[in-house]
Amino acid sequence: MRNPLSKKITGIEPSGIRKFFDVANEMEDAISLGVGEPDFDTPWRIREEGIFSLERGRTFYTSNAGLQELRDEICKYLERKIHVSYDPHKETLVTVGGSEAIDIGLRCMLDPGDEVLVPQPSYVSYVPCAVMADGVPVVIPLQYENEFKLTVEDLEKYTTPKTKVLIMPFPNNPTGSIMTEEDLEPVAEFIREHDLYVISDEIYSELTYKGGHVSIASLPGMRERTVVINGFSKGFAMTGWRLGYCCGPEVIIEQMIKLHQFAIMCAPTTSQYAAVEGLRNCENEVEEMRRSYNQRRRFLMHEFARMGLECFEPYGAFYVFPSIQEFKMPSDEFATRLLQEEKVAVVPGTAFGECGEGFLRISYAYSLEDLKEALGRVGSFIQRLRNEQ
Amino acid sequence: MHEKKETLRLEILKTLEGKSRIDLGELAVLLGVGQTDVANEIAEMEQEKIICGYHTLIDWDKAGVEKVTALIEVRVTPQRNRGFDRIAERIYNYPEVYAVYLISGSYDLLVTLEGKTLKEVSKFVSEKLSPIDEVISTATHFILKKYKDHGTVMVPRKESERMLVTP
Repeated sequence: MRNPLSKKITGIEPSGIRKFFDVANEMEDAISLGVGEPDFDTPWRIREEGIFSLERGRTFYTSNAGLQELRDEICKYLERKIHVSYDPHKETLVTVGGSEAIDIGLRCMLDPGDEVLVPQPSYVSYVPCAVMADGVPVVIPLQYENEFKLTVEDLEKYTTPKTKVLIMPFPNNPTGSIMTEEDLEPVAEFIREHDLYVISDEIYSELTYKGGHVSIASLPGMRERTVVINGFSKGFAMTGWRLGYCCGPEVIIEQMIKLHQFAIMCAPTTSQYAAVEGLRNCENEVEEMRRSYNQRRRFLMHEFARMGLECFEPYGAFYVFPSIQEFKMPSDEFATRLLQEEKVAVVPGTAFGECGEGFLRISYAYSLEDLKEALGRVGSFIQRLRNEQ
Repeated sequence: MHEKKETLRLEILKTLEGKSRIDLGELAVLLGVGQTDVANEIAEMEQEKIICGYHTLIDWDKAGVEKVTALIEVRVTPQRNRGFDRIAERIYNYPEVYAVYLISGSYDLLVTLEGKTLKEVSKFVSEKLSPIDEVISTATHFILKKYKDHGTVMVPRKESERMLVTP
């Protein structure tokens, strides 16, 4: 029998998180700091709107690009938040989570051999999606010294004449790093000079704790070379609804709608109706969640300082990324031992790229009580490691 | 007031409202300010009666204590120059009265009352509340079940179904 599988697909490494997930899930009374989704339930008014749409019998497909009502609200929201205006008819596509937008965005923009710059540590899907789109992913290892921000020096080192697209993963999962306007300006200049395009994954844009999120698309000359990806999963605590969107120049979005039409048809109708309510009336709920995350973030930073665990202060998403280099063991081993000895699940930094070696991703999408319990265990674990040394 | 002070006060109040027993040091960490600043601000707000007390939300049913809570709608004739304040005072001075609100709409005062038995509550209404000259009428409603109180859901909720590790 012939091999049923494609070499391209089998060549893709499975997600490093997956392996950990299987071990952690089998362990009883393990506590986790390993989750990449909010601990909050979706705000009730959003859920209620979803229920209502079902009661009304709104169970049909929507148009391929998404409910017009939702696209209108998305554009108003982006105008409000990142001060960039998009045409809700031609420049906006509602997707199945931000992940779908990453996938089809890269497929639409890459020809075989085109290089995609992927700053890491970052979300696990950029590299595989680039490969699936026949592109060549080029990893840019971000530096702890720069608080894992992307700099022009980084770009200069990895840009070649074949480079076409840059992924901008900020606010960042797993580091929590954000890029301010001052950080973005030189990067934008470099992009314009080298005629690159940007896929800006702004899924954590609602979760910043030091000034609002700045989108690279809002910088001069960047709107026409940027696809902004966002969604409802993180800021609105809607992970399971699978709803994201992207906005960008019509030439790109038009092709993305075509791919989306063939692969997906349309995003879930119930989710789309619910999300309209989220964009219209949930400013307070989102603000409350942000306030909560910020308190937990401060608590974690304080606890790490007390333990003497090195960590830069991150101002975005709901992750901190402490260094464990003092223990001179691979992140993977550290995380495995922490799980086995103290039953605390964290994700090794290497799950987000090789340059995550020596770091851990710790999520604070947990109640303060859970965080206290977990950090107590982490504290006694590192104390033990220090005594061993 | 200084804007920063105002923000700090608001943050303190919001956090305390949800968890009044929080440790001062922890509160300072959560808000990212010094412990002395938090302590001073709280002391000031206590003095200014912005913070009026630190109460505990108790599920008396679970504690096995029989209690009845009644909501009493009271219609009254307001007094010249004093409006409703004097009548409200005559009512709220009774220790068994839990809360008194002036209400817009079809009646004037909403009185919440806690008693041991239905009889005790109705006795209060007939002997203390109704005889007040200005009271025109009362309507007593007994609470049968508290689903949510002070922003806290009082009925059991399901455990989180989140997976342990996700990207």
